[in-house]
Amino acid sequence: MKLLTISPSPHIQSNESTQRIMLDVLIALVPAFIISILFFGLGALKVVLTAAIACVLFEALIQKFLLKTKIQVMDGSALLTGVLLAFNLPAGYPIWMTLVGSLVAVGIAKLSFGGLGQNPFNPALVGRVFLLISFPVATTLWPKPALLQLTTDGTTGATILGLLKEGVSAGVPVSQILGTTGLTDLFMGQMGGSLGEISTLALLLGGVYLLYRRVITWHIPLSFLLSVFVLSGIFWMVNPEMYAPPFFHLVTGGVMLGALFMATDMVTSPMSNSGQILFGIGCGILTILIRVFGVYPEGVSFAILIMNAVVPLIDKFLKPKRYGR
Amino acid sequence: MKLKQFKIGGVHPKENKLSSAQATIALPQDATVTIHLGQHLGAPATPIVKKGDAVKVGTKIAEPSGFISANIHSSVSGTVDKIDDVVDASGYKRKAVLIKVDGDEWEENIDRTGDLSKTITLSKEEIIERVKECGIVGLGGATFPTHVKLMVPAGKTAETIVVNAVECEPYLTSDHRVMLEKTHEIMIGCQIVMKATSAPKTIIGIEANKPDAIKLMSSIAKEYSGIEIAPLKVQYPQGGEKQLLNAILGKDVPPGKLPIELGAVVINVGTVAAIYEAVQKNKPLFERVITVTGKDISKPSNFLVRVGTSISSIIEAAGGIPESTGKIINGGPMMGKSLTTPNAAATKGTSGILLMTESDAIRKEEQNCIRCGKCITACAMGLEPHLLSKMARIGKHEELEKEFIMDCIECGSCSYICPSSRPLLDYIRVGKAETGKLIRERNK
Repeated sequence: MKLLTISPSPHIQSNESTQRIMLDVLIALVPAFIISILFFGLGALKVVLTAAIACVLFEALIQKFLLKTKIQVMDGSALLTGVLLAFNLPAGYPIWMTLVGSLVAVGIAKLSFGGLGQNPFNPALVGRVFLLISFPVATTLWPKPALLQLTTDGTTGATILGLLKEGVSAGVPVSQILGTTGLTDLFMGQMGGSLGEISTLALLLGGVYLLYRRVITWHIPLSFLLSVFVLSGIFWMVNPEMYAPPFFHLVTGGVMLGALFMATDMVTSPMSNSGQILFGIGCGILTILIRVFGVYPEGVSFAILIMNAVVPLIDKFLKPKRYGR
Repeated sequence: MKLKQFKIGGVHPKENKLSSAQATIALPQDATVTIHLGQHLGAPATPIVKKGDAVKVGTKIAEPSGFISANIHSSVSGTVDKIDDVVDASGYKRKAVLIKVDGDEWEENIDRTGDLSKTITLSKEEIIERVKECGIVGLGGATFPTHVKLMVPAGKTAETIVVNAVECEPYLTSDHRVMLEKTHEIMIGCQIVMKATSAPKTIIGIEANKPDAIKLMSSIAKEYSGIEIAPLKVQYPQGGEKQLLNAILGKDVPPGKLPIELGAVVINVGTVAAIYEAVQKNKPLFERVITVTGKDISKPSNFLVRVGTSISSIIEAAGGIPESTGKIINGGPMMGKSLTTPNAAATKGTSGILLMTESDAIRKEEQNCIRCGKCITACAMGLEPHLLSKMARIGKHEELEKEFIMDCIECGSCSYICPSSRPLLDYIRVGKAETGKLIRERNK
């Protein structure tokens, strides 16, 4: 007689898997990736490939030789970390620096905490901020975007947020700084910046896919974007010559990439819906405070990392709605 | 048509109701039946027969040994072969009465005609006494003695009878068939329950994946007063008492309390049919409808089975155990228990037998928790399964109590949905057992 399997209920499992979730996020990043190739050419491809391969390789090597555990790169999370790190870097970024960032992201921010699911901070953002602080010049050299160029022509410029910061501190009115910059150009991605953050439209497309696939819910992105809009709107209404308009803040810098892809990282965000809303609001407020009062022109990475640190507290106090209580 | 549903949590596993179109067939009897003495919630019954005694179909063979306990009757006619410890469906040796079958002679006072008996002549007290006498227990799976449920505690009033015809477990179709085949009996059963509890109305909750049952039950309910049908959106675990009350009455049962707090008495639809047979036909509970199903089984079926029939005989009647079988489940795939042997006997609580293929029987490999929160979204009690399972793993029982682990209804939605295939409910069960011990120690 053949032996029967004995196990406690439930006896069936859904088709969900971590691999599928990672794959879905990668699929959602495809439109923004296409835009980055369109505007930055091979310079974008180089950074994405380097970071993606490096993250997977570093994780496999560390797991095999340093931690001596099972190699788990097949779950897809290292690949995703690599792509997200690249999306937060300028096109044409030096290969060796990309390797350093990848090692920090996977080795320090993720594996030293226990690997997938255990890291308190978003690995890609830790890698990015490490590079920003270590190599401040190289990490803020933004190639000028131009449609269908094979490689960037070497000319770089400040981002629109950088120009804003510089101008405002020199006392130039906002209307003069922004000049003829059209919101449509910014929306489509015609601006300098990290290679994956430029096109609000492409990122929104990906976001809709993630919502449809239920990889993310509306709670974090909406509360993040809404709080950016409201707080920057308040500043703008107080003095439109000193503060940029709210729509401007939504479509520039890393806000869209951050709200849809970085802050929604499951591992480093709260689990209850109410907690996610609070987390999103915190990210939005910190982003604007850094942009307006900080030394850096852009604050999304820092805002999310700071809120990552608060997640355990949020999870402890904001609980899901209990039945009958 | 506006479909109701419960508000917190829930999942939607593939329904797989393979046998829903199969009319119920009476299964031939085994040569020997094994009738367990503990086939209801509460204390096992005490046998009142001994080796060599002649019994008929419906003869009482065991009596309750406590307040929460139930009578047990012979499901066959013949002679008592022995009273012995026999391995039951849970895999443990438990006391059972084994009867050698000889013919099919029924107790004379059982009305075996198929005539519908609409007039309820028994008084409230007589109904409850008869339900107790006939050994009726909840047929949904929990097997709680029904007469206890019908006795409304002093100071409480029953306002609504909620009939649980949800059958939210995938694969199972026995309640579905009972609704199609015993519709009038169910309606009269509802009226009996209303009389016994003095409740003025009955609401029967049926999920939308049984449109034929909703249609038939709705049209026949019009012939009876005080009965309405509530179609429900398909969502597991809607058949959970607490979830069903939330869906139908829009109210939650307070923690640690019974549905009567909301003025409700919840009874499974098959049980209601059994109540009709007990009260109007004087027929004890010795047979029930059991679904035999599975992806590779040749004839997924619904059988009317005498209690004590071997599960292997029931599977045989549906075409036998397929070569591919890797697991046999007593009940549905979400809350059923896997059998150690197909030779165990069917009891009053056996609602279905599910044969799973080898590939389906083995769990996927466990991966790290990625804190996706899907277990929280799925939890029908609004708990945090990932947290409970982690705490249970490291034995933090006081913290578990504060995180309301005792509220868990063990529906399995968390383990089902987890993308990392973590055995969340396994650990939560361990945590519940230990936390329960802690609470009992303290209350001593």
